[in-house]
Amino acid sequence: MADLDLDQFRLDVRQWLSDNCPPSQRQPITREEQVWAGRNMQFPSEDAKLWFERMRDRGWTVPDWPAELGGGGLNEQQSKILRDEMKQLGCRTPLYDIGIWMLGPAVLEFGTEEQKREHIPRIARGEVRWCQGYSEPSAGSDLASLRTRAEDCGDHFLVNGSKIWTTNADKSDWIFCLVRTDPDAKKQEGISFLLIDMADPGITTSPIELISGESEFCQTFFDNVKVPKRNLIGELNQGWSVAKALLRHERKLMAEIGGDTPGPSFGPVQAALHYVGCDASGKLRDPALREQLVRHEMAYRAVGLTHFRTFEERISGQTDSNVPLIMKYVGTEEGKRKDELLVALLGFQGLGWEGDGFNSDELLTTRGWLFSKALSIAGGSSEVQLNIIAKRVLGLPQQ
Amino acid sequence: MALVLNEEQRYLKETAREFFRTQMPVDVLRQLRAGKCPVGYRNEDWQKMNELGWAGIVLPEEYGGLDFGYMGLGAILEEGGRTLAPSPLLSSVVMGATLILQAGSAQQREQLLPAIASGELTVAVALEEGHHHDPYPGNTNLVADGDGFVLSGTKSFVADGFAADKLIVVARSAGSAGQAEGLSLVLVDGDQAGLTKQPRCFADSRAAASISFDDIRLPASALLGDLRGGTPPLELALDCARICLGAEMFGGALECFERTVDYLKEREQFGVKIGSFQALQHRASLMYIELQLTKSVVLDALSAIDEKRADLPQLASLAKALCNDVFELVTSEAVQMHGGIGVTDELDIGLFLKRSRMATQQLGSSGFHRDRYATLCGY
Ligand SMILES: Cc1cc2nc3c(=O)[nH]c(=O)nc-3n(C[C@H](O)[C@H](O)[C@H](O)COP(=O)(O)OP(=O)(O)OC[C@H]3O[C@@H](n4cnc5c(N)ncnc54)[C@H](O)[C@@H]3O)c2cc1C
Repeated sequence: MADLDLDQFRLDVRQWLSDNCPPSQRQPITREEQVWAGRNMQFPSEDAKLWFERMRDRGWTVPDWPAELGGGGLNEQQSKILRDEMKQLGCRTPLYDIGIWMLGPAVLEFGTEEQKREHIPRIARGEVRWCQGYSEPSAGSDLASLRTRAEDCGDHFLVNGSKIWTTNADKSDWIFCLVRTDPDAKKQEGISFLLIDMADPGITTSPIELISGESEFCQTFFDNVKVPKRNLIGELNQGWSVAKALLRHERKLMAEIGGDTPGPSFGPVQAALHYVGCDASGKLRDPALREQLVRHEMAYRAVGLTHFRTFEERISGQTDSNVPLIMKYVGTEEGKRKDELLVALLGFQGLGWEGDGFNSDELLTTRGWLFSKALSIAGGSSEVQLNIIAKRVLGLPQQ
Repeated sequence: MALVLNEEQRYLKETAREFFRTQMPVDVLRQLRAGKCPVGYRNEDWQKMNELGWAGIVLPEEYGGLDFGYMGLGAILEEGGRTLAPSPLLSSVVMGATLILQAGSAQQREQLLPAIASGELTVAVALEEGHHHDPYPGNTNLVADGDGFVLSGTKSFVADGFAADKLIVVARSAGSAGQAEGLSLVLVDGDQAGLTKQPRCFADSRAAASISFDDIRLPASALLGDLRGGTPPLELALDCARICLGAEMFGGALECFERTVDYLKEREQFGVKIGSFQALQHRASLMYIELQLTKSVVLDALSAIDEKRADLPQLASLAKALCNDVFELVTSEAVQMHGGIGVTDELDIGLFLKRSRMATQQLGSSGFHRDRYATLCGY
């Protein structure tokens, strides 16, 4: 698309957003205010509902999905313009769901026409909330060793086993699962990708409490759950390639949210100026913290520029397909450093747990810090990312 | 903001790569080292670079330059960094020419810039006086005397200063060491009476000299820009040079890294390639990550010069700090991962190690630039 058309598109988008995004939806969002997809969708306010409906009706809950399936039909450059403009105006994300971030792209790539028509528009409209059933108690980083069984029973599969660390399983309507369909094949080759309705008989969930005090994730049990054959995505026993494609989307997402976990409204520099303060020469009072802060700020800027570079490389067709492989690692590791830094900068105020004596930003600092620890574990740990770079990018020999 | 090279720039980078690989491999530096040549580069190499137009690459066309921009010069320097190729590109073309372009009178510009652009004339900037980079020195003085000036003092480290045809001396006309105000720039011929040059031999085998000025009388026309007005052009020239030196360092780090990864795939111990050990794999992956982050910063910093962006000082400090750090990391790891052969002179890895530390000291260590970046950002 010519640059001129893109400029016009940017102006139109800006105009539409400023006409349609209610002012209350341009404030920094808190956890409680996020609008999650679901059969019984809850809105924290009338404005949030209005904003969601307007975006949904334009297909901009999923801007780059095909318009005929409920998406916005935008190309990559247009999507980026929309993202940039939303960021510029401070517009909130109108709809949260891992169906959008992870499952949808995989269904678009591997699903049949019928499966796309069944699932994609419902994700775009926020009608179902999805969760991810990959990990098991004895299959974490070594995901391919998973054991949840799906037995072929003619017109359906019979599923037995358990999944763990299933984020929001207790709040979700459907789950996408990796299941073993051929126990005799090599471990990657006997796995299939199934969509399962959580309302089906035989599914139970039990929440697990995290160090941050929340119980975000669950253990999910499957006890003789009947799953219709049409819920198989991709070929039988070929689920591993679907899983890998989906993991790429997950890592891309985590690279982006890595530096942006639910946290306080201030950044490290503001926090430093407020909680530590400067001496007469204008330097932060604590030289060690100043050093940590500037190291983080520099690294953070380098990460941002690298995101931008990968985008520019893609647009100009000079893709070095290897660079995106580093982003999960750098995003989450730098995100963790940022949260450690915030806690250190706030001193006692950065370690409050609840009650009086702490404002909400301070409490969010503590919780955000604890939450950030999960990011370099989930979605392929940092160590696994380094293994992948060594193997795929550097071509180092494997043992 | 441009973080990818356009077609012309890519073509230039390819040409530069081929040039350095075939005409100026690392062996050239070894020969220079053996000959203890105080010039620091081979005239024949400099001539060939001039034929390619590189001395004029960033200068405006009106002064005989190509006006091709710093993204292009950065690409050349990066490729030169891969073979540790010495040349006066940084001292004369970046530092010297920037000062003349920014501060010089119309006459000085017309007289000097075309000669720099063709490579006939080389200029070095005499700034450093102490043990560490300091943009605001205090012990070289420029005092008014009749209708001219008197220059006195000693510079301890002038890159390419021994062979340069002319020097631009940063001297104090008011205030004292550490103050940004009160600095002046003067042009002095390299063979001026009263000037003493002493070659200094550093670990990286590049050329540098200490230079003293023994009450040298200079005409008013020697002044470059306004008396006491030296700091703004100096800051700009230093920032451009920091970024360009960063590009060279990035090239050196990349080359050293690639050679190390090759070695990990080749060397066997315990019956397997050493690159199959996870302890080494993770360290190699981390180096790759740091190199990719640094690459983005160097490109953005180069484009900030071309676009005359207001955040240039920040980017210069960001780029120099990251290039220092990544070059140090990669060269240290490269030595270690090569084992015993890594500490032999036979292998080039040691030459990259030496260059890395020297380039780190030039134009500001990481500590200097982190402090400066923090100050520029208001903390
Ligand atoms: C917040 C959060 C949300 C999550 N949400 C979901 C979800 O919704 N659905 C889901 O299916 N899963 C989810 N997970 C699970 C996540 O994918 C796993 O935790 C992850 O794959 C790691 O597995 P593990 O916890 O069993 O750790 P392990 O694999 O046991 O790892 C333990 C340690 O060993 C290291 N290690 C393992 N293998 C290697 C190796 N080959 N080389 C070097 N080091 C190694 C790891 O890096 C780690 O440090 C979530 C996890 C978190 C933290």
